[in-house]
Amino acid sequence: MPKLIHHLLKNYGLSLGFIVTLLTFWEVSIYQFGIPQWKLPAPSAIFIELKNNYPLFLSHTKVTALEAIAGFLIALMLGIALALMISVSQLIRRAIYPIIISSQTIPTIVVAPLLLIWIGYGLTPKIVTVVLLTFFPIVVSTVDGLRSVDRDIIRVMLTTGASPYQIFFKVRLPASLPSIFSGMKISATFCVIGAVVGEWIGSSEGLGYLTRVSVPLFLTARSFAAVLILALMGVGFFLLISLIEFKMLKWKKTSEIGFDKSWMS
Amino acid sequence: MGDHVIEVSDLCKTYTHEGKVTSVLSEINLTVEPNEFVSIIGPSASGKSTLLNIFAGLEEPSSGSISMSEFNYSDRLGQVAYMPQNDSLLPWRTVLDNAALPLEIRGFNRKVARAMIHSSLNDFGLSGFANFLPSKLSGGMRQRVALLRTIMTERQLLLLDEPFGALDALTREEMQGILHNLWRDYKKTIILVTHDVDESLILSDTIYVLSPRPGRIIKSLRVDLDRPRTYKDAKFIKLKADLLDFLKTPAESKLKANNKRPELHNA
Repeated sequence: MPKLIHHLLKNYGLSLGFIVTLLTFWEVSIYQFGIPQWKLPAPSAIFIELKNNYPLFLSHTKVTALEAIAGFLIALMLGIALALMISVSQLIRRAIYPIIISSQTIPTIVVAPLLLIWIGYGLTPKIVTVVLLTFFPIVVSTVDGLRSVDRDIIRVMLTTGASPYQIFFKVRLPASLPSIFSGMKISATFCVIGAVVGEWIGSSEGLGYLTRVSVPLFLTARSFAAVLILALMGVGFFLLISLIEFKMLKWKKTSEIGFDKSWMS
Repeated sequence: MGDHVIEVSDLCKTYTHEGKVTSVLSEINLTVEPNEFVSIIGPSASGKSTLLNIFAGLEEPSSGSISMSEFNYSDRLGQVAYMPQNDSLLPWRTVLDNAALPLEIRGFNRKVARAMIHSSLNDFGLSGFANFLPSKLSGGMRQRVALLRTIMTERQLLLLDEPFGALDALTREEMQGILHNLWRDYKKTIILVTHDVDESLILSDTIYVLSPRPGRIIKSLRVDLDRPRTYKDAKFIKLKADLLDFLKTPAESKLKANNKRPELHNA
């Protein structure tokens, strides 16, 4: 455990120090210049809000987390399936890859209200928003990963008598995992944004909903607290994916993953 | 002629790229006997790797014929062992699991395959490295694993494409020793592509010299030195000097002097 603390301090000490300095400056300024709480709450007020309304935040956090995780998992399966189809067939590649790419130029904020009309309220349209926002990095990274496999290795496999099925599971898939994980890490941070966008457009629960209703009521501290939880959620998802990546890709140099063994000890 | 491992007659290979036809191999005629050690040497871009790829089944000839004694020539992909210059190990598999790959492909489960490899690790100087990942090994050690994997295909014919080209001189000599012992002990037939005259003379029964593109066989040399051979042997030195002299003379004069179907010159 002391090793972990040492590691955290070494890698994140500087940014931690910076945040503490900023928060102190923020806190002092609020009182110094007499800024009203509804305009800009002091950091202490945000923490007090979190502490006092803990059950409220917890219930909304659960909803947003559920939307983000469900959307992410669906995007992961959909993304990998699409990438497989694209990498298997030139025809499918030419038919759907350009459509997938151009679909990303449509702002999610425009699509989200339409989803309300089509699917209605509830969790589903939010999950769909998350999927729309997160499947793309996974498709691109998987396609690139499957394409970047060493040609000589494939040739050795062919001359050894390997079937296309064996080449896929013994070579192509494991070789593209590092690339797939890169896409997953991007999507892990996007999935929170997707859930909030979905909630912002129309919902009655979730952290996005909470910020939307808090601002008009001048409950600014509540809104800040929700944003803080969202940020922590995104970072948490990212670290979780990094941890799984570290566990699964031990053969990769740890420095390439950006994760250190001392984390684990 | 049925017992030749490979018999090639009038083989040509051309590539067509954007309407431009490039001839890579031209009128190749050669035979490989069972348990023969054959080297193919030639300048870079002489098509020697292409010839090996055709033998392996990775490419098809444009014209001419190949016959193989052990199986139908059209089924050769997957029937002959092939080893490229780059070790081509799977970086996520340990030494043991890389070497076991050909056994897994043949349908053994991983546990059985591992047990079968264990005894061979010693012969290749790899005992103690079974659970190492390739990234932790030197170039020479990785090439040993690749050679072991090639052997584990249990094919009679081995095609080696400059397998030791990237190794330092000492390691290369050691690997040549390992390869020689393999050939001797397991009665394999080996076709080695190399640009190293020493390597071809130390190991082969027969050396075919290819011309620059389009590659033709401009000399075939029978090496009748006793084994094991050494670089210091007077006959070896003479043979090497002759071969190097031949390689330095202009290509046109060599072509004229050579017949279409090469005859073996005894050394």
